[in-house]
Amino acid sequence: MSSQHASAPYYFVPGPSKWPVLAGVSLLVTMVGASAWVNGIGWAPAVNVIGILALIVVLYKWFGDAIAESEGGLYSSRIDVSYRWSMSWFIFSEVMFFAAFFGALFYARAITMPWLADFDHKVLWPDFAAQWGNTPAGTVDPFVKMGPFWVPTINTALLLTSGVTLTISHHAIRAGQRGKTALFLFATILLGAIFMGFQVYEYMHAYSELNLKLTSGIYGSTFYMLTGFHGFHVTMGAVMLAVVLYRVLKGHFTAEQHFAFEGAAWYWHFVDVVWLGLYVVVYWL
Amino acid sequence: MKHAKRLQSLMLGASLLAAGIPSWAVVDSPGGPAVRQLNFHQPVTKIAEEIYSLHTLMLVICLVIFVAVFGVMFYSIIKHRKSVGFKPATFHESTAVEIAWTVVPFLIVIGMALPATKTVVAMKDTSNADLTIKVTGMQWKWGYDYLKGEGEGISFLSALSTPHEQVVDPTKTKNDNYLIEVDNPVVVPVNKKVRLVLTANDVIHAWMIPAFGVKQDAIPGFVRDTWFKAEKIGVYRGQCAELCGKDHAFMPIVVNVVSDEDYKKWTEGKKKEMAAKADDPNKVWTIDESKQRGEKVYAANCVACHQANGKGVPGAFAALDGSAMVTGPKAAQINMVLNGKGGMPPWKGVLSDTDIAAVITYTRNSWSNKAQENIVQPAEVLAARK
Amino acid sequence: MSTTAVDHAHDHSHDHAHDHPHGWQRWLFATNHKDIGTLYLWFSFVMLMAGGVLALGIRAELFQPGLQLVKPEFFNQLTTMHGLIMVFGAIMPAFVGFANWMVPLQIGASDMAFARMNNFSFWLLPPAALLLAGSFLVPGGATAAGWTLYAPLSTQMGIGMDMGIFAMHIMGASSIMGSINIIVTILNMRAPGMTLMKMPMFCWTWLITAYLLIAVMPVLAGAITMTLTDRHFGTSFFNAAGGGDPVMYQHIFWFFGHPEVYIMILPAFGIVSQIIPAFARKQLFGYASMVYATASIAILSFIVWAHHMFTTGMPVTAQLFFMYATMLISVPTGVKVFNWIATMWKGSMTFETPMLFAVGFIFVFTIGGFTGLILAVTPIDIQMQDTYYVVAHFHYVLVAGSLFALFAGYYYWGPKWTGFMYNETRGKIHFWGSLITFNITFFPMHFLGLAGMPRRYADYPAQFTDFNMIASIGAFGFGLMQVYFLFAVVLPSIKGGKKAGDKPWDGAEGLEWTVPSPAPFHTFEVPPTVK
Ligand code: HEA
Ligand code: HEA
Ligand code: CUA
Ligand SMILES: [Cu+2]
Repeated sequence: MSSQHASAPYYFVPGPSKWPVLAGVSLLVTMVGASAWVNGIGWAPAVNVIGILALIVVLYKWFGDAIAESEGGLYSSRIDVSYRWSMSWFIFSEVMFFAAFFGALFYARAITMPWLADFDHKVLWPDFAAQWGNTPAGTVDPFVKMGPFWVPTINTALLLTSGVTLTISHHAIRAGQRGKTALFLFATILLGAIFMGFQVYEYMHAYSELNLKLTSGIYGSTFYMLTGFHGFHVTMGAVMLAVVLYRVLKGHFTAEQHFAFEGAAWYWHFVDVVWLGLYVVVYWL
Repeated sequence: MKHAKRLQSLMLGASLLAAGIPSWAVVDSPGGPAVRQLNFHQPVTKIAEEIYSLHTLMLVICLVIFVAVFGVMFYSIIKHRKSVGFKPATFHESTAVEIAWTVVPFLIVIGMALPATKTVVAMKDTSNADLTIKVTGMQWKWGYDYLKGEGEGISFLSALSTPHEQVVDPTKTKNDNYLIEVDNPVVVPVNKKVRLVLTANDVIHAWMIPAFGVKQDAIPGFVRDTWFKAEKIGVYRGQCAELCGKDHAFMPIVVNVVSDEDYKKWTEGKKKEMAAKADDPNKVWTIDESKQRGEKVYAANCVACHQANGKGVPGAFAALDGSAMVTGPKAAQINMVLNGKGGMPPWKGVLSDTDIAAVITYTRNSWSNKAQENIVQPAEVLAARK
Repeated sequence: MSTTAVDHAHDHSHDHAHDHPHGWQRWLFATNHKDIGTLYLWFSFVMLMAGGVLALGIRAELFQPGLQLVKPEFFNQLTTMHGLIMVFGAIMPAFVGFANWMVPLQIGASDMAFARMNNFSFWLLPPAALLLAGSFLVPGGATAAGWTLYAPLSTQMGIGMDMGIFAMHIMGASSIMGSINIIVTILNMRAPGMTLMKMPMFCWTWLITAYLLIAVMPVLAGAITMTLTDRHFGTSFFNAAGGGDPVMYQHIFWFFGHPEVYIMILPAFGIVSQIIPAFARKQLFGYASMVYATASIAILSFIVWAHHMFTTGMPVTAQLFFMYATMLISVPTGVKVFNWIATMWKGSMTFETPMLFAVGFIFVFTIGGFTGLILAVTPIDIQMQDTYYVVAHFHYVLVAGSLFALFAGYYYWGPKWTGFMYNETRGKIHFWGSLITFNITFFPMHFLGLAGMPRRYADYPAQFTDFNMIASIGAFGFGLMQVYFLFAVVLPSIKGGKKAGDKPWDGAEGLEWTVPSPAPFHTFEVPPTVK
């Protein structure tokens, strides 16, 4: 069950593995499918889905190997440190990914919008007023902007609560209380799922009642890109937590060693923080 | 099949390469590049002059540093080698030296930036212009509208005038101004401050005249400005300087700087010419008249993407032959031509109502197309504009 | 760097047959940093050939005015794919290959921190290369929007553009995973006693490069994702009609793009910093200031991006800010150049091929650095931007910079990889041949640029003919030199030749020289102790 540090090699290096190259092939299939799909080619969706499924299977096997190694006591504390570093820098790269979209939102609002409405641009866009949500050309159907009430605010509360439940769960695992750990972990995932449910509801509401679409000019573009990628990350985080929950129930982890739990938790908190940013700049401002 | 052809042309090309020597004598292009030109163009504006001397200054400083630094290095390479029995020293740091060669370059860089700052500020000052011209970049030609000042209201398109055979047929002698000549040059008076307001119709282009020290991107949907004040009468040549697709290399710019009198004459002539060409937007056209006119408009504006056979370029530019939009209700097509979408640029700022009506009529009655609504009148286009 | 004497000699008598796979599985399923490094190096060399052939297509068409060989739309595909393949396929993976081979050996680690993920990073590259190569064959051809993929030209392209976008997504993922691996390896797996400030310069430069990569590759992913949705899902990020802005693309792209060029040069600095002391038989001068200079370059690289956009029409304050910041980068880069020369000063130098390439690097790279500095001066840049002067600048820093450093590194560490010495005469022929033909190719481009010849042109005014002809001739010569490199230098030294000793260079220092040549499959399973 628990890893035996004493017998673990100084730094475990796994032997040959077929998963990486298979993951590469799956990704190739996925991307060929995706390129064709966005161009409306008939066979594409099937190829794309096959690629993604293959990728999921491969990753499942791959992580299975890693978990087995961990449970087999091959991971020394040095490997634990490696995982910590890598997860932190991976999250940093995700921060930069979001920065690109936050940057786009900032640029469009703070620089492009006043620019398009200035005196010189009257030549091109005589009627454009610098009001966030307006579009210069009359090619965008009128739509209503998304305010912070009530769904986004409820969602904020949900995510913040989920951060708390996750922390309780973390304290529990450190105290060796497996049942409590599982319970609060489950609560966290549940809150995430409710969040996603609200998010889907919000999108439906936007499309059907507000006429706010991906095509609604720069407002719609940034709104859906930011919230969409965030939602995708919530889903990924929930999947990670679900895997961790499954492992908790299987009896993995000890009070001292449970990096998979912590890594997933860091990720969840990161997703949380991104949401706070969204809540302020997308919904309030 | 396509590959066989490509191979053929490859072999043809290879044999031409082997032939090597060009079959025409090239001469300098006044106002354009000279043969084997080594430096910037001879400047004809204050700004270009400042740029020229800034560059000379930078070059000299860099050369001096270069010679000094590599003088030391080559001295060391020659003297401090094992083969001449030199024993290695053991020093490996010196805070004083390291600080010195951080601070000194820093000061040099500041010395370089100061004069440049002055020029940057001057280049940006587009106020108090005598003449304002709007420049529109489009695939692949330039549009000019004289907005303010003498000649206000003049408007024309300017495209490459080098015959196509000279480009593709190596046996044809090339003009002296091969690829840097246009049908309608821009004409401006000498010693007058000309402000250019630039925009684009489809993708980004860049308007440049090296002799003026001017280069400014023309960005679709945005307006950018720059200025010049040419101090010498003459013809000045430049080219589009931002990758804009297939014919990026084939949309030159020619500016004719003339005396005040000549400028006046030119504006008068140009205005008469325009008046003669102007159409009555309320005229009702017959199908044949409209088709004929449309064919010309198509050849001048649309053929580059949609091709002469109307088949477009698969994957890049839509086919018009057999297209549902071209054979369906006309309102959608009028809207598309006016406003554009995706890769299709908006034409409302470029073509007149009559031209748009004509070209739509043409597409609706050409190739295999036999549209139900087979003619569009200028008045309909005018109505759709609002 | 202080001495890295090893007191725990490595014991390599273990029998590792059980996990030393053979045949194709060895490469496909590799988890060994040396094997993966080899894969990376071969991949990047193939890409160099592919990108080089495209470049020769460009040069052949530009040999004379007029369109002889290709249509202009295909010419633009050549230019774009040449740039993409060279940057993402040749130079970056080559440096990752070096990192894979050398970082664990230099810091005394048994392997990379995540061996399987390491293999995944590599095996993402062939799929990306296939997508790029395959895009030539689809309707509309490969993307022809330039390697910068500027909007809105990028919205006009066909399916080839989408394949390019997805290929870049994959390569980005590969780079991020590779960087995380390198960072973790360096931070967590150094041998006891090897403090950061005792670490070889190559590891330092890669550590900093890896940080640049994880900071900017995701930004590129964001930019091209927006391109993708603009193309297919009706968003308006780069479309003024919907309130977006094509210039915004450029800002996001260059926020990635400028650090990217330093990603391609910092590891080169690292390689050169290893080689110069080895052949001067003298310690690297100013180790600490080298580290600080590298870090300063990396930090400054985040605030200079808009020097690629001076002609887009920015406010005057922005132009000035970016001009000053850009010019400032010369200072730390100068520190590096001066330190190298001070290392050579009063050394006891010999000039084997690695040293030749390293000295050649300093000399020619500095020319490219100076043209960069000249471009940084806004008014001058406005005259020269998008002309062949820029093309000359970046080939001086990329070919005579990055590529020459890679060659230097190959000659320096190749004996450790293969166990055989390369042929010195042939190495020297490769060096001098490359140096001369390189300059024949790219030096005349300065004149073309000054005279105003725009880049990405399929055809040009006849006045530009002579220099173009010279450049084209030089390009074919340079290409032949690389073919020579492959057949006369690399392949023979894999098959056999003079046996290399554990430490073939008497002035070299570092842990990599304490293991036998060729380096055994497993090294430093028990870490050495560094004093
Ligand atoms: C390895 C890649 C690499 C490197 C290292 C550099 C280094 C530099 N580059 Fe370059 N650059 C590119 C790759 C690179 N560049 C590419 C690919 C493009 C084109 C992209 C495209 O459009 O497709 C480009 C374009 C480019 C432009 C835009 C040109 C244009 O499109 O208009 C500019 C403008 O400022 C610029 C500047 C610089 C500067 C100031 C440096 C500095 O880092 C150089 C510093 C070095 C020195 C100055 C020499 C050594 C110093 C001394 C000996 C000290 C003493 C000197 C003094 C104090 C003066 N580069
Ligand atoms: C990153 C590194 C890199 C490298 C190594 C190179 C290498 C070369 N580049 Fe590169 N180049 C770029 C990066 C690079 N380039 C970039 C980023 C651009 C901008 C793209 C854009 O505008 O979007 C560019 C653009 C560019 C242009 C401008 C194109 C244009 O504006 O239209 C030209 C023109 O001459 C050119 C030429 C060359 C040549 C001749 C080589 C040579 O050094 C290549 C030598 C190698 C070989 C030739 C291969 C080996 C030989 C064989 C496989 C056998 C066949 C050979 C013979 C029969 C002789 N390059
Ligand atoms: Cu227009 Cu290039
Ligand atoms: Cu840059």
